[in-house]
Amino acid sequence: MNHQGEYVLRTVEERHIRFVQLWFTDVLGTPKTFSITPAELENALEEGMTFDGSAIDGFSRVQESDVLARPDPQTFQLLPWHPDRVPVARVFCDIFNLDGTPFEGCPRHTLRRTLDRAHQAGFTFFAAPEIEYFYFADADPSHPPVAIDSGSYFDLTTSDLSSEIRKESVLTLEEMGIPVEHAQHEDAPSQHEIDLRHTDALTMADTVMTVRLVLKEIASRQGVHTSFMPKPLAGVQGSGMHTHISLSQGDTNAFSDPDDEYGLSPVAKRFMAGLLRHAPEITAVTNQWVNSYKRLVNGYEAPVHVSWARNNRSSLVRVPVVKRIESTRIEYRAPDTACNPYLAFAVVLAAGLKGIEEGYELPPEAATNLFTMTPEELAADGIRSLPGSLNEAVVEMERSELVAETLGEHVFEWFIRNKRAEWGAYKTHISQFELDRYLPML
Amino acid sequence: MGEREEEMEPLLCFPAPVSDDLTQVLERAGYPWKAVSRPEHAETDEPEDGWSGAVISADGDAQGAFALCRLLRTREVPLRPLLLLIAPNQIPELQLREDHFDDFCVLPVRPEEVAARLAHLFWHTGRGLRPELIEHGPLVLNLETYQAAVAGRVLDLTYMEYELLRFLAARPGKVFTRETLLSRVWGYEYYGGARTVDVHVRRLRAKLGEEHAHLIETVRSVGYRFGQGNWAP
Ligand SMILES: Nc1ncnc2c1ncn2[C@@H]1O[C@H](COP(=O)(O)OP(=O)(O)O)[C@@H](O)[C@H]1O
Repeated sequence: MNHQGEYVLRTVEERHIRFVQLWFTDVLGTPKTFSITPAELENALEEGMTFDGSAIDGFSRVQESDVLARPDPQTFQLLPWHPDRVPVARVFCDIFNLDGTPFEGCPRHTLRRTLDRAHQAGFTFFAAPEIEYFYFADADPSHPPVAIDSGSYFDLTTSDLSSEIRKESVLTLEEMGIPVEHAQHEDAPSQHEIDLRHTDALTMADTVMTVRLVLKEIASRQGVHTSFMPKPLAGVQGSGMHTHISLSQGDTNAFSDPDDEYGLSPVAKRFMAGLLRHAPEITAVTNQWVNSYKRLVNGYEAPVHVSWARNNRSSLVRVPVVKRIESTRIEYRAPDTACNPYLAFAVVLAAGLKGIEEGYELPPEAATNLFTMTPEELAADGIRSLPGSLNEAVVEMERSELVAETLGEHVFEWFIRNKRAEWGAYKTHISQFELDRYLPML
Repeated sequence: MGEREEEMEPLLCFPAPVSDDLTQVLERAGYPWKAVSRPEHAETDEPEDGWSGAVISADGDAQGAFALCRLLRTREVPLRPLLLLIAPNQIPELQLREDHFDDFCVLPVRPEEVAARLAHLFWHTGRGLRPELIEHGPLVLNLETYQAAVAGRVLDLTYMEYELLRFLAARPGKVFTRETLLSRVWGYEYYGGARTVDVHVRRLRAKLGEEHAHLIETVRSVGYRFGQGNWAP
């Protein structure tokens, strides 16, 4: 047993932990967990726990359904709340095949592989997502979602229930060692935002999973439903996961160049160029649901066009003005909070790395507000759009060598089949919109 | 994971050569040690993580020995523990030098006595051969159970947070660059890069709580230092 394993075992003993939850994530980013007792833990750490993966999205294979969950002892953490009133800890797992090779369907492996590529080029990838979400009275799909407050942006006067829940969630996150940079009420009723302090991307992907779980857990105790649905309410903003990203090289920020007009190094510019060029291909991953594309429309501070700018919140890539050169970064504004963070970070990084490897040229900054331009003007300026629907996104993805290579054949295939099926189900659905509009008229 | 140095750093012995009796005591108890023949060499020969303590004999070069004691105890982070060996007629010399050593033995040494005194001193400072506790003000790290507590409150640390705290707390007052911490605590294989250290320090400070967050000090444009200033055994 290595030191990390020993650390975990001793802590379980000392803190009288009754159950250890093994956490992992399916291909669509849904958290999965099963609990083991302290007695089983040592074996789990040494050999892993075998389980049947056939019921897990993206884990099923033709010949073999059993896989192995191996806890990553570095991620061991006591849960600040006590499910069933007993002390419980959690640990993230990597999934392996029974022969000990990494399981192709495990999103943590996918991200690790891409991080390894960055590492070989001398880079570490940092990410700081802003998690937007809603609090609703319930999750009953038979009526439209009911907001539990009516606060507006930066509204400091109301000490309403949703802000109380958010505050308690932030405290819980900090207890778990997840530093929250900033938390606030967002534009839409009952919409909130939690900004996380940047860490390496693997830690951050784990963190996003933890945050989503904590936000749901704390709210559910008040009978409130936390929703990461990208666009749950028509007419107001959806929930994005704008992600601040940078590469570092050793101790220094590889994106910064104080002498540059934008403060950006050639590495940063090529990274951006890669991200912009491949953005349509990776959108199916960063925005993976039918509903995601109801968010990516004009007028709600969500990106629609493939462009970058310094201070235009409708651009796909924003370059924030920074106070210190260490915080030089770019902000990728497409992802939504309902993505699989491992896969989303992996494809974003892969697109950026491609730009660096191939030395792509960064197109000029988008000067005017793109939303006011006509399609002809956009075309004349060579400005492309993000996919307008899940279907378009899947078509783009299917053509992408970059995404196939990054996700690996297994996940790539499975994902496309799954999303085609989702689109198929949506396409044959007759919506309220159609009934309202056509039934009386046609 | 990188190499972990559970090995104790050597004890400083002065002067070289060390008497047979003392050699035997040190060897038998298993303390690594290194003798220097001149007081200046205590600085130049110092291992990267500092001496783990000192055994200084005033029997030969009394002036050099007392000067060395002063030097070691007036450094930014005083060296502890320091065991002084003196001839019977040197007892009066200890007057007004009380803070320059932790304990003393009168020569000729009785091996069991030196061993017992060293064990006792190391038990106090927590940096002994089988270091079970690292104590620093309100912070206690139990290296056996891997538990850390500050002012009696148990901290729920992740493994790397614990390791970082252990590394720093075992070397109070020393400044480490991010790169050094990364290679010593994480090993080079880690994804995070040197900035990861900042992230962990931030988390550790949050868990220590506002009142004790200052235990880990940021040394501008260099790195981090643990528990500067108020070091008390
Ligand atoms: N190098 C970086 N890479 C990714 N995100 C970063 C980086 N530096 C800062 N951020 C993120 O940007 C936000 C603002 O950070 P801050 O340090 O206050 O920057 P500034 O110097 O611009 O005020 C935070 O969410 C932080 O996590």
